[in-house]
Amino acid sequence: MFHNLFEGEAVAEALEIIRTQFPMALWETFYVTVLSTLFAVIIGLPLGVLLVAGEKGGVLPLPPWLMKALNVLINLLRSVPFLILMILVFPLTRLIVGTVVGTVASIVPLVIAAFPFVARLVEGSLREVNPNTVEMAQSMGASPFAIITRVMIPESVPSLISNFTIAITTILGYSAMSGIIGGGGLGKIAINYGYYRYKYLIMFVAVILLILLVQLFQTAGTKAAVRSDKRLKK
Amino acid sequence: MIEIRHLSKTFRTADGTVEALKDVSLTIPDGDIFGIIGMSGAGKSTLVRCINMLEKPTEGSVALDGVALETLSKKELRTVRQKVTMIFQGFNLLMQRTCLKNVCFPLALAGVPAREAEKRALELLDTVGLKDKANAYPAQLSGGQQQRVAIARALATQPKVLLCDEATSALDPNTTASILELIRDINRRLGITVIIITHQMSVVESVCSHVAILDQGTVVEQGEVGEVFSHPKSAAAMRLVFPEGSPDAPVAAREGERFIRVVFNGAHATGTPLIARMAAQEGIEANIAYASTRSIGDKMFGSMLLGLTGGEEAVSHAIDFLTQMPDVLAEEVSVHVS
Ligand SMILES: Nc1ncnc2c1ncn2[C@@H]1O[C@H](COP(=O)(O)OP(=O)(O)OP(=O)(O)O)[C@@H](O)[C@H]1O
Ligand SMILES: [Mg+2]
Repeated sequence: MFHNLFEGEAVAEALEIIRTQFPMALWETFYVTVLSTLFAVIIGLPLGVLLVAGEKGGVLPLPPWLMKALNVLINLLRSVPFLILMILVFPLTRLIVGTVVGTVASIVPLVIAAFPFVARLVEGSLREVNPNTVEMAQSMGASPFAIITRVMIPESVPSLISNFTIAITTILGYSAMSGIIGGGGLGKIAINYGYYRYKYLIMFVAVILLILLVQLFQTAGTKAAVRSDKRLKK
Repeated sequence: MIEIRHLSKTFRTADGTVEALKDVSLTIPDGDIFGIIGMSGAGKSTLVRCINMLEKPTEGSVALDGVALETLSKKELRTVRQKVTMIFQGFNLLMQRTCLKNVCFPLALAGVPAREAEKRALELLDTVGLKDKANAYPAQLSGGQQQRVAIARALATQPKVLLCDEATSALDPNTTASILELIRDINRRLGITVIIITHQMSVVESVCSHVAILDQGTVVEQGEVGEVFSHPKSAAAMRLVFPEGSPDAPVAAREGERFIRVVFNGAHATGTPLIARMAAQEGIEANIAYASTRSIGDKMFGSMLLGLTGGEEAVSHAIDFLTQMPDVLAEEVSVHVS
């Protein structure tokens, strides 16, 4: 299948494409990923907080039906395959961006797919906070809001950073997939050249760049998480 | 003054109800160091959590200076909690913040401006002897130091009452002694009422002036520490005074034998030579009916039960001899099960 990988002509063409199209594609992938993660966190963080604080016995108990609805919504969104979700949210994408194709348009389905995932990750992080620490804050007269903003979130920062790193690398993977239906970036190049035109060398280079991006995000995230954790005796 | 009246707390769990507290009534005078002692599961933590309403009583009332806390709104309760603060067995410091920021925490909650809060926090860290650790993180401190930071934090809002739930249970005897010393010092200098929850006799004996014994959710005895421990009446008090084995064992030992309890709170002595010395120098023969002591470095902690046959004179003589040693308490114990 990959017989033409290093033929002179293929290499020359690949170099040309890499020179002309890759810088833009790399940039598109980068900003789509970062922006989508940012929006997913903006929506997912408060929801994750509600999932923990709102439950029975939490610091801000919410009506059970509301919690139930929240959980069902999150599970529902998480169970739709991303490719199908992209198509399902076309109307929303058109409403927000004005079009359903293009790099910017791909941010909408990415955020919709990622925020429930982020909410669950945040939920996991906040559950790691020692309940005794929360009780301490209550015993000092902290309001639910103060407990959330001054205890639960600050105490789980290292874990949140680790989890946001997982989120950003996952979203990077999804963003590559969005190339199939008109999203831009490295994913689009890999699919257009590798899948539709059998230019495997170009596909491989795009994939390698994606791998490097994942490595970059993961390394930076892990470093930041470790550095921020004051529980470690350094 | 804290007045607890007919306090009951029932937990509803999947497998039935648990009556953690049953009709508890206590009066805790201002400026007192009040001990609440009991075995594991007796309801001590539940009681102390009812005092600051972290747990809503099922029945009964807790009044602080005449204000019934169970009638207050959530918001009013938060203000009360700045005046009734708490320290815990696990210290419960914010692990991602420096010691200074930990002490600032309740001040920030109370709306004190950051700069002023830091100034106060530094003073408090100085009070607990940890000024040089202001910028250290809790993970970099020993357990005793962490508890000192927690104490500084609990004092930040100038409370009237300090609740200590097993505050020294995670610490070694030496550190326990120094934390208790700090608590006593705070009580004396600031006049703060202290409520100490513990399962250790030694803690109550070394700092408390009054004690209540809690057993299966009820207060079975209360009063002055010396009084309660020297005349244990209830079975629960017996178990505390005679930890291992039943009280009847030493009672049945010898005809006319009387007992004194000797408590070592970091005394510079080793127990047996002390008893041997008492025999050699004072001519008092003591039978060690029970002993549970530990030496840490050159200090001794724990208690002993001595049986004496020489009647009233021998008993008072022995008590005089023993109590002239620093950090040794001795008192006669009456062993009549009621
Ligand atoms: N939230 C709760 N739900 C159900 N049962 C509870 C709850 N809290 C306490 N209990 C029960 O109430 C009883 C008293 O518990 P409590 O924690 O007050 O004991 P304690 O005297 O503090 O014990 P320890 O010395 O082990 O800390 C126990 O039987 C316990 O299982
Ligand atoms: Mg307890």
